[in-house]
Amino acid sequence: MTPTLQIFLIVSAALFSIGLLAALGRRHAIFILIGIEMMLAAANLNFIAFWRFGQHPQPPTGVMIALFAIAIAAAEAAVGLALVIAVYRHYRTTNVDQLDRLKG
Amino acid sequence: MNSWIIGHLWLIPAVPFAASLVILSLANARRKSAAALAVIGQAVVLVTSAFAFVPTLRTPSFRVVQNFIWFSFGEQGLRIGWLLDPLAVAMLAMIALVGLCIFVFSIGYMAEDKNFVRFFAYLSFFSGAMLGLVIANSLLLLFVFWELVGLASYLLIGFWIERPSAAAAAKKAFITTRIGDLGFFIGMLWLYNRSGTLLFYDDGGGCLENAGLALLGAGATFIALLIFCGAVGKSGQFPLHVWLPDAMEGPTPVSALIHAATMVAAGVFLVARVYPLFSLGAINGVTPSLTVVVWIGVTTALMAALIAIAQSDIKRILAYSTVSQLGLMMVSLGVGGVAAGIMHLLAHGFFKALLFLGSGSVIHGCHHEQDIRKMGGLRRLMPVTFVTYAVGMMTLSGVPLFFSGAWTKEEILHTTEHWPPSHAPYYLMLAGVVLTALYMTRQIIYVFFGNRRVGSEHAHESPRVMTIPLVVLALCAIFFSVVLTPAWPWLHGYLTNEPAPQFDLARLIQPMLFVSLILVAAGIGLGVLIYRKAGAQDRLRAAETDPLEYAQPALFRFLENKMWLDELYTHTVVAWSRTASRLSDWMDRYFWDGIVSGFGGLGQLFAAFTADVDERGINAGVDETTIGARRLGRVMSRWHSGQIQTYLGIIAIGMLTLLLLYAWLV
Repeated sequence: MTPTLQIFLIVSAALFSIGLLAALGRRHAIFILIGIEMMLAAANLNFIAFWRFGQHPQPPTGVMIALFAIAIAAAEAAVGLALVIAVYRHYRTTNVDQLDRLKG
Repeated sequence: MNSWIIGHLWLIPAVPFAASLVILSLANARRKSAAALAVIGQAVVLVTSAFAFVPTLRTPSFRVVQNFIWFSFGEQGLRIGWLLDPLAVAMLAMIALVGLCIFVFSIGYMAEDKNFVRFFAYLSFFSGAMLGLVIANSLLLLFVFWELVGLASYLLIGFWIERPSAAAAAKKAFITTRIGDLGFFIGMLWLYNRSGTLLFYDDGGGCLENAGLALLGAGATFIALLIFCGAVGKSGQFPLHVWLPDAMEGPTPVSALIHAATMVAAGVFLVARVYPLFSLGAINGVTPSLTVVVWIGVTTALMAALIAIAQSDIKRILAYSTVSQLGLMMVSLGVGGVAAGIMHLLAHGFFKALLFLGSGSVIHGCHHEQDIRKMGGLRRLMPVTFVTYAVGMMTLSGVPLFFSGAWTKEEILHTTEHWPPSHAPYYLMLAGVVLTALYMTRQIIYVFFGNRRVGSEHAHESPRVMTIPLVVLALCAIFFSVVLTPAWPWLHGYLTNEPAPQFDLARLIQPMLFVSLILVAAGIGLGVLIYRKAGAQDRLRAAETDPLEYAQPALFRFLENKMWLDELYTHTVVAWSRTASRLSDWMDRYFWDGIVSGFGGLGQLFAAFTADVDERGINAGVDETTIGARRLGRVMSRWHSGQIQTYLGIIAIGMLTLLLLYAWLV
């Protein structure tokens, strides 16, 4: 079986859906973060796939973009984890259902 | 030394002022230091005046002026200055000498007083102001000192402030003179308006010099008369003389210094000082303003002499005598005898101070009894006072030959005789001489001759500190005549800047001498004739009746009550001014206040209206807006559950919807 664009897109869509479900369904803040990271990974995969099967696959432009995105995702994860820890220290919980101070 | 003094004329008034300030700062118990300071200050003034006197003798028509700028406004500067001329120096010497005698006398007279220190502070203050007045070279500066002596007079008349009569007299003196000063002030402004300067002498540019006088034109008469108003007030001339007899409420040394010798003579001095204003455009020595001066003077002199006859208070008699003599001086100035008037002023300064101090000594000896009807027989009990008082009495009456007052009075009569418009003042003055001799004889008989009465039962001679000034002044009153006689009229020449003629005894005997001799003899003889018995009467009878009262009760009552002038003023001027003040009070309270309150009410009304607009219009709109915004916010806030996963889910659904929409559309 030769890898085709469709396979990559299906994997990517599956990955995105799993991430979305995790972000919407889990109550623990860290799992929500993991879900978001998965959605980001799905987007990266799409990038790479479209580059690889695109019209000019030689210059590594798609890889560069993906690398940048991963670096930014790492920074974002660090900030997100720090936020979670700060929230935990303050509220003694990481259950997002209880973190509803922004309720109008 | 002489020229140094002339360069520092301001020192002369400054010394007593400084003494006064230092005395004021002393404690009430430092009586000796206070008296010493005052007397030393006055002695310094006497010495400096003497030094200032010397150069004026050497140079004929001596005149030194020092002008300086007091303050500047815009381009112009207000200039004032000091002036030293024979008139000023003669006044300086008289004030310093008489002042010194009175200061020394006061030490004895006021010895018992609890406010001894304050008294000397005021006396020194007065002395400084009076000295400043005579050497001022600017009408403005003169006016300043004029008001300062008025203030000193007020403070000293009311010195025994616990007596209501003294307080009232002080107030009366201040207000009455203020009426005259108002005229003086207006005249001064008018003069400044016309001539542009108030300096008397300014190297040809002063208001008394030809260039300045030429600018006045027809206004000169009115300016002179307005300035004369000030002199009328200060010198107790009719109709503003009423304050002077009341001023006798002050301590006797004050009456001697201020209300006899110096301050009241300031009016005469003022007229003499600005004489060029009065005599401007004179025809045959007569101008309208001078004619007014003559008639005011004549009225005053005769009226006061008449009133003096019926008074029973020893000081009041002398006060009316002062008023009368001041009238005489005014007449002299008015008829053109400036030198004669000033000479009489100087002589009067000596002998009237002597008489007042003598009366002070009598009052002191009689334990503060002032009614002459209760005295008597003091001749033997108070010999020094008696002799000096007699000298004063004869000088005032004008007994010829030996007494200074006689020579000056004769010269005045002589000048008045040749006044072109009318001879009436001359004859009225002659009558005045008789009256003067009469009331002085009456007084001296009541006080010093006859039996002792209630007040003089336990009289005693005054201490030496009081009798020595009396003797000094008596000697002055006698020996002053050396420079006055027609044989050697040195002072006349000195004052008029003419060389004095050689001594010539032949000029001594003049017709006027005999006229004067007859008149004085008539006055004294009449007095002795009328009052001889009264003086010898026993105490009860003498305390009640006056021989004139027997003869002419109505006339006597008229004179005793000062011609009812005080009552007349109370019922006219005072009543009018009271009505006017009531009217203006009413106007102020109801009319002007009403207008102001009306405007205030309008403002309040407007404010209420705008407050309403604000409350109901603008505020209501704002309120409605905020209420709406709040309601909207409440609705919106319900959508915010705070559940981030709900938000995220909605975002996902939205995203999906968009995708489907895209797919369907494309």
